[in-house]
Amino acid sequence: MGESVEREGALDLLATATRLAASGPEARLVLRVRPAGVAAASSAFGVDLPTMPCRAERAGACAALWLGPDEWLLLAPAADEGCVAAALEDGLAGHPHSLVTASHRQTAVVVDGARAAALLAIGCPLDLDLAAFPVGMCTRTLFAKAPIVLWRQGVARFRIEVWRSFAPYLWQVLDGGLREGLAE
Amino acid sequence: MLLIPCPWCGLRPEIEFSYGGEANIARPADPAALTDEEWGAFLYLRTNPKGRHAERWRHANGCGRFFNAVRDTVSDFFETTTKPGELPPSGGKS
Ligand SMILES: [Zn+2]
Repeated sequence: MGESVEREGALDLLATATRLAASGPEARLVLRVRPAGVAAASSAFGVDLPTMPCRAERAGACAALWLGPDEWLLLAPAADEGCVAAALEDGLAGHPHSLVTASHRQTAVVVDGARAAALLAIGCPLDLDLAAFPVGMCTRTLFAKAPIVLWRQGVARFRIEVWRSFAPYLWQVLDGGLREGLAE
Repeated sequence: MLLIPCPWCGLRPEIEFSYGGEANIARPADPAALTDEEWGAFLYLRTNPKGRHAERWRHANGCGRFFNAVRDTVSDFFETTTKPGELPPSGGKS
């Protein structure tokens, strides 16, 4: 426990020197439900769950990221974890589903800056050109050896969801890229 | 890098996928009724063609779903990929 706190501190320290930023605590839920339950889940969560593959939808401080044809990653403010889960369980009563809280399984790194896509290209096999990976697109993929969820929030802004145990590795690869001068 | 068309996510790099073996191998309804040779054949014997091959893939580091593909084992060309339960439009082995 102590070790992971120390590591997070180190991430924050680096964040001031680069254009990488570690995100704060957040509520994360993974929802799996068939098409029949999507409307109910959307109204319970307050965000329209995207049914188009690899798209994210936001409303206020919440977001729903398409992960698979019946699978979404839901993001909400940390304090709302309990009420979001309860609202979804209520709204989905009668729809077979799986709702798993994963708030502490993952953490997020934001890559922001004019050369964000170039920096990500050192570890991500996807075509990050705006035409191929537009703003609002999200997907599970790989960064170097780490499985991630990549979400393009702006032309030059990406959010990476990564499992906590992979976070220091991900950070070091990204930071190494910055040090090699890929970003201005 | 070889690009594989996921039926949901579109063209994606091979590194995101895992291979699922030959497609359309029906599990015997009553395995206990089979001889050892028949069961062994179900488990291990595959067509292993040189050319068109119906096979399963999983977009493991993407949408996570299994799908069917018809791939040429000589050229690695993916002729079609289809969601489970769909038939290939070209009438590949199903
Ligand atoms: Zn996919």
